[in-house]
Amino acid sequence: MKSKTSLIVAREYFSRIRKKSFIVMTLLGPVLFAALIIGPAWFATLEDREVRTIAVIDESELFKGQLPETEYLKFTYLEDASVEEIRENFSQTPYYAVLYISHILPHTPSAVQLMSDRQPNLNVRMHISNAIEKEIERQKIKAYDIENLDDILQSIQTSINIRTIVWGDDGADRETHPALAMGTGYIGGFLIYLFIFLFGSQVMRGVIEEKSSRVVEIIISSVRPFQLMIGKIAGIGLVGLTQFLFWVLLTFILVSAGRGLVFSELQVPSSEQVVAEDIISSSSQESSSLLPDSQPISAEQYSEVTQIFASLSTVNFGVMIGAFLFFFLAGYLLYAGLFAAIASAVDNEADTQQFMLPVTIPLILSIFVMMNAIQNPESALAFWFSIIPFTSPVIMMVRIPFGVPYWEVILSMVLLIVTFILITWMAGKIYRTGILMYGKKPNYKELWKWLTYNN
Amino acid sequence: MELFAARNVTKQYSNHIALNDVTVSIPEHSIYGLLGPNGAGKTTLIRIINQIMAPDSGELLFNGRKLKSSDIQHIGYMPEERGLYKKMKVGEQAIYMGRLKGLSRADTLKRVKYWFEKFEIYDWLDKKVEELSKGMQQKVQFIITVLHEPMLLIFDEPFSGFDPINTNLLKNEVINLKKRGATIIFSTHNMGSVEELCDHITLIDNAKSIISGAVHEIRQKFKPGIYEIHFEGAPQKLDSFLSSDYEIMDMKETGGGCMARIKMHKASANNELLKILMPHYHITSFTELLPGMNDIFIDLVNEKKGEKDEK
Repeated sequence: MKSKTSLIVAREYFSRIRKKSFIVMTLLGPVLFAALIIGPAWFATLEDREVRTIAVIDESELFKGQLPETEYLKFTYLEDASVEEIRENFSQTPYYAVLYISHILPHTPSAVQLMSDRQPNLNVRMHISNAIEKEIERQKIKAYDIENLDDILQSIQTSINIRTIVWGDDGADRETHPALAMGTGYIGGFLIYLFIFLFGSQVMRGVIEEKSSRVVEIIISSVRPFQLMIGKIAGIGLVGLTQFLFWVLLTFILVSAGRGLVFSELQVPSSEQVVAEDIISSSSQESSSLLPDSQPISAEQYSEVTQIFASLSTVNFGVMIGAFLFFFLAGYLLYAGLFAAIASAVDNEADTQQFMLPVTIPLILSIFVMMNAIQNPESALAFWFSIIPFTSPVIMMVRIPFGVPYWEVILSMVLLIVTFILITWMAGKIYRTGILMYGKKPNYKELWKWLTYNN
Repeated sequence: MELFAARNVTKQYSNHIALNDVTVSIPEHSIYGLLGPNGAGKTTLIRIINQIMAPDSGELLFNGRKLKSSDIQHIGYMPEERGLYKKMKVGEQAIYMGRLKGLSRADTLKRVKYWFEKFEIYDWLDKKVEELSKGMQQKVQFIITVLHEPMLLIFDEPFSGFDPINTNLLKNEVINLKKRGATIIFSTHNMGSVEELCDHITLIDNAKSIISGAVHEIRQKFKPGIYEIHFEGAPQKLDSFLSSDYEIMDMKETGGGCMARIKMHKASANNELLKILMPHYHITSFTELLPGMNDIFIDLVNEKKGEKDEK
């Protein structure tokens, strides 16, 4: 009898991993993940390559030639022009937008208008708004007549990078990277959610396929319905594991390759005076000293990215992957039984809706709680949801990168295992009756009857 | 000797009784017809034989002892609603099903090869089921059912969906299987095939077995006592020779003679009628008309319905 179950497992497994969609997803998944990790950093190195010229009508006469230009953002200062004039044949002008600065500006912040025939680019807007703010600030400071003002301004530029240290019980300090823990927790929790849904619904579709094609009747004249159900769940679970292991492997390869490629020219000395000219549009040295806004912030972002890469090696990937494997498997087994029971009760996929809702609610809830748990992994909410079996796979996965006491993890695991055994047993009872029922759409009362029905 | 027996089997679903104290005894090396209108309980009985479900009460015997779960490898089942994995290759599927029945890989391969060659469908081994026509799928289904050479074969409506050529092929195969020692259960509405193939039947209606026995005995039992006689002589006088125990149902002239159907009201030996007729006519043929299974089936089911309505 054991060997029959393994035949079923083998069929479920091999028929799936040979599918084109599985191979495509296996290869594409890591590319997507790598893109998620490298992408933001890479996009930061990209610039807007379109040269935009902005017509400036400056009634305040404070800014002539003062707005910092970049390679891709130019300003043309118009004398004696009115907004109306330009508007009339705006499409014929080379201008991207018109910047109108009223003469009351220094006292009224709303005196600046940016006008265009399309929605102006957010970066352009921010650049102008920053530039005008800084320029006004500068002029206001200037009004105090301080000597060597420019030097002072330059010397007070500061960049802070906070290191977080967690004191261990054994007296050892551990440097943590909250952003990294958040990232890892988020990816782990989300992957579990995704995998449970993805492979849980594969179980559901598989059961419905067998039922609607009536193959099930032939199979269960050879094996017990419970063997068929367990075989299917195990086979699909193995597919999930295979996919995950491939993803981990390929993501590591891609990320290391990507890090080499994208960041090779960014491996800069760790001195605090980073001037990352690759990232920021080259502005003149002079204006950069006047505009401490753009460069240091970007440099900080940049150093954070490199830091994350540097500290990736500090993450205990062994623990993470081990925890992921456990919570994925146990969570999947818990939900797969439910999905199988639902599928057995209906004739086609459309009828699953009414039963799907109560099953998916805890999963969707865990995504919401995940957002909270990432910010606050020690909160009561995060604690309880990481203990309650239906949400614990996702939430515990989110918390683990931040460090969770052993007893909590063990409690959560034990509860999860007990619940999944209970659920599988119940699902088996519903399943063996459900797969032979055709035509009638059952309700919950019926399902309860099947559950208590002694076959 | 009986291969399978169900004694006093009762099965109740939440709101109705599917089988009520049903007893069947299936003799070895025979073809057994399980008849009955839709919803009578045939499929439930078949599922119980297949151990897909268990009866609430009653006893199941296989080969002279209690039915056990390992007996499923001696049973082959072709459900009415044919089912195969649509996306799976035909050959792989046959091997999978054979192995689920407990065959070794090598045995399964050998037998799959044998059957696919026999049915001249060897080229389909690598095709997916969904690429096959319905008739082709039926053949594959049949092969899957018999692959493990079961002692007991159960066919639920085996001829539905087959074209006449394939029906014939299937009938011959079934007869072959019987010759080789298999016992076969047909669940069917097709009374023609019952008369042609079945040795024994059980008629189930409304969860109960109404009649059970050898086909020829049942037909004897339900014969209406009508004789078809071909003779030469003066037909108009026939009436005067017969007593009130006999009734002429109809009469007509055929080429060179006459044909009459006579109903006997009182049970008596066939020879009595012959004795009456022989002095007056030259009799060319004398046949007692046996009822078709179809008529028996309809009569019995309607009779039961009438009884129920009276209550």
